[in-house]
Amino acid sequence: MQFKHATVLTALLASAGASFAADPVVIGLITKTETNPFFVKMKEGAAAAAQANGAKLLSGAGKTDGDNAGQVTAIENMMAAGAKTILITPSDSKAIVPAIKKAQKKGVMVIALDSPTDPADATDALFATDNYKAGVLIGQYAKAALAGKPAKIATLDLFPGHPVGAQRHNGFLKGFGLAAPDAKSNELGKGAEVVCMADSFGDPAKGQTAMENCLQKNPDINLVYTINEPAAAGAFTALKSAGKEKNVVIVSVDGGCEGVKNVGAGVIAATSQQYPLKMAAMGVEAGVAYAKTGKKVSGYTDTGVTLISAKPLPGVDSKDVKTGTDLCWGKK
Amino acid sequence: MNSWKERLPPIGTFGPFIALLLACLFFATQSERFLTSENFSLVLQQVMVVGVIAIGQTLIILTAGIDLSCGMVMALGGIVMTKLAVEQGLPAPLAILCGVGVTALFGLVNGLLVTKIKLPPFIVTLGTLNIAFAITQLYSNAQTVTELPPGMIWLGSTFRLGGTSVAFGVVLMLLLYFGVWFWLRETAAGRHVYAVGNNPEATRLTGIATERVLLGVYVLAGVFYGIAALLSVARTEVGDPNAGQTENLDAITAVVLGGTSLFGGRGVILGSLVGAVIVGVLRNGLTLMGTPSVYQVLITGILVILAVAIDQLSRKGGR
Repeated sequence: MQFKHATVLTALLASAGASFAADPVVIGLITKTETNPFFVKMKEGAAAAAQANGAKLLSGAGKTDGDNAGQVTAIENMMAAGAKTILITPSDSKAIVPAIKKAQKKGVMVIALDSPTDPADATDALFATDNYKAGVLIGQYAKAALAGKPAKIATLDLFPGHPVGAQRHNGFLKGFGLAAPDAKSNELGKGAEVVCMADSFGDPAKGQTAMENCLQKNPDINLVYTINEPAAAGAFTALKSAGKEKNVVIVSVDGGCEGVKNVGAGVIAATSQQYPLKMAAMGVEAGVAYAKTGKKVSGYTDTGVTLISAKPLPGVDSKDVKTGTDLCWGKK
Repeated sequence: MNSWKERLPPIGTFGPFIALLLACLFFATQSERFLTSENFSLVLQQVMVVGVIAIGQTLIILTAGIDLSCGMVMALGGIVMTKLAVEQGLPAPLAILCGVGVTALFGLVNGLLVTKIKLPPFIVTLGTLNIAFAITQLYSNAQTVTELPPGMIWLGSTFRLGGTSVAFGVVLMLLLYFGVWFWLRETAAGRHVYAVGNNPEATRLTGIATERVLLGVYVLAGVFYGIAALLSVARTEVGDPNAGQTENLDAITAVVLGGTSLFGGRGVILGSLVGAVIVGVLRNGLTLMGTPSVYQVLITGILVILAVAIDQLSRKGGR
């Protein structure tokens, strides 16, 4: 396997070594999947920032959401490609930690985007939406939308054990004025008003199934919290075929263009919009700075969240669909 | 009869190797970081899990069967060994043995259903895939197991070989491949695996206990999935309940790329190693080039169809 000893290759490697000084800064971006529009937008933001700063961007992803081994492989390959900064949206917040530690030991700065690792200080920094706050905003909107009517709530969550799922869920309960665990908890809060909790995996088909089952459990549900807009779309389909879509308030989180369109169409009452492009762009800039000055970023940076709604309600600060469309990610 | 010509592997065995060589040559021109022993060692490290699963998968495919459950069975084995070690405090070797025992047991169940009740392997392993997944989730509570004892992740650590760091797990994988290659070629039991895949009826009539051969192959495959579980645990340093989700198709891909016929009875085990490495090289090389990894999936798809087409054509030509 000692290819290095071949004369031709030694020359090849030597020339590579000579050109090393002029090599651009290499930054790796590892998303959960390649296809989710959220990550596509993230990649766009990273690519634009890389171009502006003269850096080279490598991108990789797991095969499916939850594919930890695929992300580990991507980290290794990017280090082999010379990346000194790796931006990652962890598919499995705990399982990825040993691989991140190995990379850091070799001097690579690792920044988590969108969702934290567990423990959160396993990465050098985290650039993400304040998911708890995102939940609080739609909780407050939902409270105002029900206008004093007794709430029967269904929550269509992500899947068990994911911190982002817990933060949005608990933030929503908090914003609605119910007792809820704080932002650090990984447990989903349960109030008497929450009549049904189901996992949607952030997927329309699974969200629809979850909503159908919830309606079986309690046909009087009048408020639906969804982990993201695809799940919300699935919930709406289920409500529509049950003939209940008019009397139920659906709130969500994401701010994807499809989702914002659904806010305009009255499918979703309100959504908390997040900014993947910004997360990635900030990550690339931090990586370029690290390569030039050797200074790492640290801690958590909130990349902002805005409540988008077609119908502003008294006492709740929200932006209209047009603003949401201007800032949305995905296909407009 | 046993002239040296017959002992050489058929042309189908060289195909995958040539494809691998071409891919390596291409990437070498694209990135100066590709053709180093360090990078090649890294690729082997990345394919060691799928590579070892593919050994079990090859044995089963040689008998004209298929195993869809391998990845999930591996995930279960990984969870069993890590949980026993971390939560029950079992010594690492004993915990590992229990994990491999569970995967072998799944192999036995697959084998019994295939041989005794004569169910098609596709359906049997589709069932056990789901069963293994559910047990993994229930047993682990969908929680990742961390803080593993050193004895469990030792295979993931590396040693220096002439300036290159090589993972112990890679050495184990290579030893397993050569061991099985020798076993298939040089022992009666190994030849029986081919015979059963070629023509079970004729094999039975010659007095070979075909059912016992089949059962043995499924159990043996289960043992390899257990070893793969240990490698996966050692590589990621966690017990991951979501591991193995795509490993069944990845392993079948490696076997097919390696030139083993899905109709059974034909193929060389070392081809599966080459097949696994092809996929690893594509992923690594494209990353080094800065090309999105989805192209690796695209190219793999094309290569799979090519490989099967070559197998089919060479079969027709042989008649």
